Amino acid sequence: MATSSPQFPVSRRTLLASAGAVSLSAALAACGGDGKGGGGTSAAAAVSQADIDKAMSTATELTFWTWVPDIAQEVALFEKKYPAVKVKVVNAGQGGPEYTKLRTVLQAGTGAPDVAQIEFQYIPTFTITDSLLDLRPYGAAALKDKFVDWTWAQVSGPNGEVWAIPQDTGPLGMLYRKDIFDQYGIQVPTTWDEFAAAARKLHAANPEVYLTNFAASQPAAWHGLLWQAGGKPYVRSGKSTIAIHVNDATSKKLAAYWGGLAKEGVVGIEPDFTDPWFAALNSGKYATWLTAAWGPVFLSGSAKSTSGKWRAAPLPQWDASTPQSGNWGGSTSAVIKSTKNPIAAAVFAQFLNVDPASALLFATKQFFFPATKAVLADPAYVGATPAFYGGQKVNELFAGISSTVNTTFQWPPFLDRVEADFKETVGKSLTDKTDAVTALDQWQTRITTFAKGQGFTVQ
Amino acid sequence: MSVITARSSRRTAGPLFVAPFLLLFVLLFLAPLGYAAYLSLFEHKLIGGTTFVGLDNYVTAVKDPQLIHGVLRVATFFLIQVPVMLVLALLFALALDSGLVRLARVVRLGIFVPYAVPSVVASLMWGYLYGPDYGPFAQLSKALHVPVPHFLSSGWMLGSLANIVTWEFVGYNMIILYAALRAIPHELYEAAAVDGAGAWRTAWSIKLPALRPALMLTLVFSVIGSFQLFNEPNLLQRLAPAVIDSAYTANLYAYSLAFISQQINYAAAVSFLLGLVIVIVSYAVLLTANRRRTP
Repeated sequence: MATSSPQFPVSRRTLLASAGAVSLSAALAACGGDGKGGGGTSAAAAVSQADIDKAMSTATELTFWTWVPDIAQEVALFEKKYPAVKVKVVNAGQGGPEYTKLRTVLQAGTGAPDVAQIEFQYIPTFTITDSLLDLRPYGAAALKDKFVDWTWAQVSGPNGEVWAIPQDTGPLGMLYRKDIFDQYGIQVPTTWDEFAAAARKLHAANPEVYLTNFAASQPAAWHGLLWQAGGKPYVRSGKSTIAIHVNDATSKKLAAYWGGLAKEGVVGIEPDFTDPWFAALNSGKYATWLTAAWGPVFLSGSAKSTSGKWRAAPLPQWDASTPQSGNWGGSTSAVIKSTKNPIAAAVFAQFLNVDPASALLFATKQFFFPATKAVLADPAYVGATPAFYGGQKVNELFAGISSTVNTTFQWPPFLDRVEADFKETVGKSLTDKTDAVTALDQWQTRITTFAKGQGFTVQ
Repeated sequence: MSVITARSSRRTAGPLFVAPFLLLFVLLFLAPLGYAAYLSLFEHKLIGGTTFVGLDNYVTAVKDPQLIHGVLRVATFFLIQVPVMLVLALLFALALDSGLVRLARVVRLGIFVPYAVPSVVASLMWGYLYGPDYGPFAQLSKALHVPVPHFLSSGWMLGSLANIVTWEFVGYNMIILYAALRAIPHELYEAAAVDGAGAWRTAWSIKLPALRPALMLTLVFSVIGSFQLFNEPNLLQRLAPAVIDSAYTANLYAYSLAFISQQINYAAAVSFLLGLVIVIVSYAVLLTANRRRTP
């Protein structure tokens, strides 16, 4: 923190100035291709540094919806730098409840915040309703290189729009119980074949223990693993056309794998984040947890009794020669289009996640897994040796994993419905131990019907 | 002269007394209802925006298998759960009223307390008790080496929900029935005693007929409660997502349509149809009861 923060005020200024130039050219390029897109036209009017300076020294109050605990510390850094701008933090609920409220106020036309926390995968559900502000005119395009590539791809629109600024991420890895692995002579699996073999071996050795729990009702984990496998379930072209392939060969490979292990009864299939699930993690019923980079800290708080027994490793691979990972979770800060203070809101969204002191605070106080390359390379962060993991440099491991996350994965603009349908088709089939591959077809049919009903052209 | 002013002031007094209620009734009940009815005549698409579709949403809804299943499920729930709950409430009320129960006040409070527990808390608590691994019933079964009951499986779920709702509302219904029992004039009991009626005969021939209006009230409340079943399945959904889907009950379906699928217009139509079902069932219940009373 001490090494990086003093240089910030200087770099901030130059950064914003150069950003204007970069975004202007990007905007012109975008307009050449598609002039009618909302993002394209607004991007053309790059905001000058003078306008930014003026807005940031005018008394303003921003409303910021977020569910990050203790975010006042980061907000205070912003208010210290821009004393004229006050930020009112509102916790409108975590994830789903916040989005429901946000959609309601957006429809009502009043009461929307200036800036809102939105998870990566939900950004398309708000861009389809044209509710987010393209941040390019406010210097955001120049931030591209500060963020891990895949996180920037997640917040970028098809014409180069910048819909949000990444805040934290969740590249997938594997946490495992070293003591259980040692006890039953299990090597840390590096491929999914080895993982399946280990699952059979462990459960045969002790019927009370499973190698892992695959939460059949957790579409976010499914999407993360599908992401790792190289799946491209949703590909959009233009606003109203979408290709849906949730039952393609990659998905079927994944469904056959987990459906097979579930049918054999060698992995658990109970819902996650429930009381029985927490109890199982504490009792050693599950020897691994396939989870995101936010998992290590979460687990050390939820399974205190197992401290020192856990270690972290990358996900097992489909092709060991090219390591891949997917993402599960993480958030962004997005500016709502209806804001009356677009400049202040855009500068705030950027400051919060780019300012070295603020970004490092998220990593060290809220224990978020960082999205910026700077924090991921900061020795103060990656050098940490938590006792819960026997002193292993867990952050460093996940920082490495983050660079293996595929950059092209896309989300559908009606994700809530897609996830609900997943639970009722694939999730149900895994739980009931019926044919998960066939369930993929049902899922595909349901989403396709819904998408067509919503006026999409489905390819 | 004075007669006329008294009459005219009485004429204005009536509406004035009713005005506060009417105002709130219109603002908080009729207006939203009218708005929902209005919404139900449109269709909103992510691509294409909002269009007027007339009664299309209703036509779709009456043929929607998910809605029909949801309604049939709550109807089954009503037929199983409500008789059990009301019989229990009646037995408790009669027992307390008989004066034969020791510590009557403590018992009465004990039966009523679950109603004071918010249904959300009750569902979370029962969700824990039902747990297939670490719930007390599962632990007990394991200790006794008997099969663990799967309260959260698809076969048991409706019964498990019925148990939660019964636990919550027996006390509430008991209080209504108990209050009605206390209102029976004591002369009737004395007359019965003079005629040689014992405790059972008194209960059957005097208390039960006198309870009929109160029982009707609890029955109609139960119709509404059953058909609007929402909190309990919504919370147990997290524990058994493969069993409780988004259309498990009709009300849950309306909620999922509005907030997961963003189909607010269709959700409004579904809600109206559900309301219609409740009106019909309530009316049928009242009609059969009234017919019996006037043979």
